Amino acid sequence: MIKIITDYGGMLFSALGQTLIMALCSLLFACMIGLIFGILSVLKNKPCNAVYRIFVDVVRGVPMIVLAFFVYFGVPMAVNNMFSNAHFTLTALQAGIVCLSLNCGAYMAEIIRAGIQSVDIGQMEACRSLGMTYGQAMRKVVLPQAIKTMIPSIINQFIITLKDTSILSVIGFPELVNTTKNVISVSMDSFGGWACAGLMYLVVITILSYIAKFIERRMNRGR
Amino acid sequence: MAVNYDNVKIHASHLHKCFGKLEVLKDISTDIYEGEVVVVLGPSGCGKSTFLRCINRLEDITGGEMVVDGNHMDDKKIDINKARENIGMVFQHFNLFNNLNVMDNLTLAPIQVKKMKKDEACKLAMSMLKKVGLEEKAEAYPSQLSGGQKQRVAIARALCMNPDIMLFDEPTSALDPEMVGEVLNVMKQLAADGMTMVVVTHEIGFAREVADRVLFFADGYIGEEGTPQEVIYNPKTERAKDFFNKVL
Repeated sequence: MIKIITDYGGMLFSALGQTLIMALCSLLFACMIGLIFGILSVLKNKPCNAVYRIFVDVVRGVPMIVLAFFVYFGVPMAVNNMFSNAHFTLTALQAGIVCLSLNCGAYMAEIIRAGIQSVDIGQMEACRSLGMTYGQAMRKVVLPQAIKTMIPSIINQFIITLKDTSILSVIGFPELVNTTKNVISVSMDSFGGWACAGLMYLVVITILSYIAKFIERRMNRGR
Repeated sequence: MAVNYDNVKIHASHLHKCFGKLEVLKDISTDIYEGEVVVVLGPSGCGKSTFLRCINRLEDITGGEMVVDGNHMDDKKIDINKARENIGMVFQHFNLFNNLNVMDNLTLAPIQVKKMKKDEACKLAMSMLKKVGLEEKAEAYPSQLSGGQKQRVAIARALCMNPDIMLFDEPTSALDPEMVGEVLNVMKQLAADGMTMVVVTHEIGFAREVADRVLFFADGYIGEEGTPQEVIYNPKTERAKDFFNKVL
């Protein structure tokens, strides 16, 4: 295992870097997707609710590995078939981010919906009775309160997403799992390779959990 | 308490409201004048709160007409937020913004809705807090206040929008008995200042002392209306007699 680190440490760390880049980009987009669909779900508007329902059901109902193949291979092919002179391709990173964002976004939407619904309806009514718009009430009063209850679930979802990047090894993105496989095929040290990869995930996720606890404590201070 | 009978503030005619199949308000017609204090009494579930919430369209009415300060509240084309600025509301469960301290609770709407400058809004908020006797609580969070203090802050918050009309939805029902007085005193002060008020309450004493007129709601209709003396002590209908026998 020491030999793996000394010989291939650079490769593995850069792969970890790729993994983190993909996870962070996806989380950013997932937050936006989650917020948009989360709001759609709490609006008193049937078509909006339906759009939310369909999005969440479809994304949650499809395994991510299928989604990954579909986005990476399926979508470019369909586009190129539709427009004969198009040469549309997605890089593995782009496809991976799309996949992870959609997948994580669907779960985030559910978390955000539950968070908003956990805020007493009276808060919204008080805002509206003062002449504030729905948007102002959401931004200034409801969401700030909802976020507090959402933080633990969101961090949990972040951790899941970070681990889910490993699924994207199937489309050849050089993230940690994929790179570890390559390293092992050269070094022939399965035990050391996978132990190393596992340890790397473990360290990053443990750090993330501590940050999460720190944020949670800060948000609950003084209330 | 000068009631100006030339100026109708709230005009409800043949108001009808149902939630699905449940008919809560069947046929409510009344006019409320400038400076008038109207107390709405009645058994639970008779539509008192719903009536109040129809005045500022927290509930959409399903029939009839609700005109507040010349605004047809049921008209989808009016700027409902503009109309609501003029109608303050105080809730049974206070509904103070839990994420904001008292000062920010009071200044949020003036800053957001009226685009008031922050220091101007703070000055206004302080004067309103003084009015309800809580200027030392400006920095406190709602969770650090007692029920009575919360409700007084809620009243001050509504007053910061400088409304013409104040609606009170059972403002003392969620309070410990010893805190009811402080809230009622603030309301009495408001009434004395000439505020147009509609108060849903179970405080018969308040109705007797402060109300210009009492509406007795029963089963989605106005069962009786008149001065507190007439309605509370000499009710004509069986329903009202029965109710006041139980509560007095």
